[in-house]
Amino acid sequence: MSHCPHQPLRRLPLWLAALVAWLLPAGLAMAVAIGEPIEFETEAQQRQYQTLVRELRCTVCQSETIHESNAELAADMRRRVYQMTLDGHDGDAIVDFMVARYGDYVRYRPPVQANTAVLWASPFLLALIGAGFWWQIIRGRRQMAQRPEFTEQERAALKRLNRGE
Amino acid sequence: MKLRLLIPLVAVSALLGLLFIGLGMNSRDLPSPLVGKPAPPFELEALEDAGRTLTEQDFIGEVALVNVWATWCSTCRAEKPLLMELARGGIPIHAFNYRDEREAAVRYLDVSGSPYEVIAYDPSGDAGMDWGVYATPETYVLDHRGVIRYKRIGPLNRQLLLDEVLPLVEKLRAEQEQEAAQT
Repeated sequence: MSHCPHQPLRRLPLWLAALVAWLLPAGLAMAVAIGEPIEFETEAQQRQYQTLVRELRCTVCQSETIHESNAELAADMRRRVYQMTLDGHDGDAIVDFMVARYGDYVRYRPPVQANTAVLWASPFLLALIGAGFWWQIIRGRRQMAQRPEFTEQERAALKRLNRGE
Repeated sequence: MKLRLLIPLVAVSALLGLLFIGLGMNSRDLPSPLVGKPAPPFELEALEDAGRTLTEQDFIGEVALVNVWATWCSTCRAEKPLLMELARGGIPIHAFNYRDEREAAVRYLDVSGSPYEVIAYDPSGDAGMDWGVYATPETYVLDHRGVIRYKRIGPLNRQLLLDEVLPLVEKLRAEQEQEAAQT
């Protein structure tokens, strides 16, 4: 059993690897953030910036927010959000600014309006449809449970079957 | 009872149909909120002359195209012969040189020819953001009053010119003449 003492050592790298694998994305995310100007005068400004960069869509890399994206356009947009935040614009003004240039598409949280009605209604519609199916199934089961007993004739037949006639 | 068995089939077919339509749609075909609005103001250096300041007024006056390009953008390079043809055909084309290096851009135009009349140098992409630029190349059509009437994200092509851009230019020029005749 000479290799026994080594075992904990061998196990350690694996454990470390798991930890690194877990922490690495966080480290990368921080690295991305560090490249940006992120000094604010007030807490509120910082909060506004952090909220907005997660609510605006990068328009070239369409399934990322400008917070996640490495595209140059996203960097431009972050810089503009930062600048406008420092200049004292509130969140709505900054979102309006972006919408005026890039359309509603830049909002990751779409507004409730005529052309997004279906989008907003769809979860409720789907839930309704699901409830409809559920009700149908329940009703079907109940009908099965209420199926009439065997008739006299059937019972007699069963008895004969049991007796092996 | 038999019909009920068809419900899943119909539902799946409908879903597949929807997805198929979705496949054919271009997710980059985004409506521009700037169409119908006046050209956004900017103040930039001219590409060829750092001492000369350009504003949106330098783009305005007649029906014109505004093309957003850069030397690092290979699609823009591929698009340029078509722009040269348009320019030869008498359609003024102005440009934003977007996120580019001045020297590289000037040399490129010197060597391969320039279809552009007025070129604004936008190395930081600030004016680009005000104009709602997603990615190069992009082309706007301005009417003589400086209102954006059309925007194309991506390269122009012959078909698009024939179907959309040239008829629009004709129409806008007619509008301009009509207005001139009235005053």
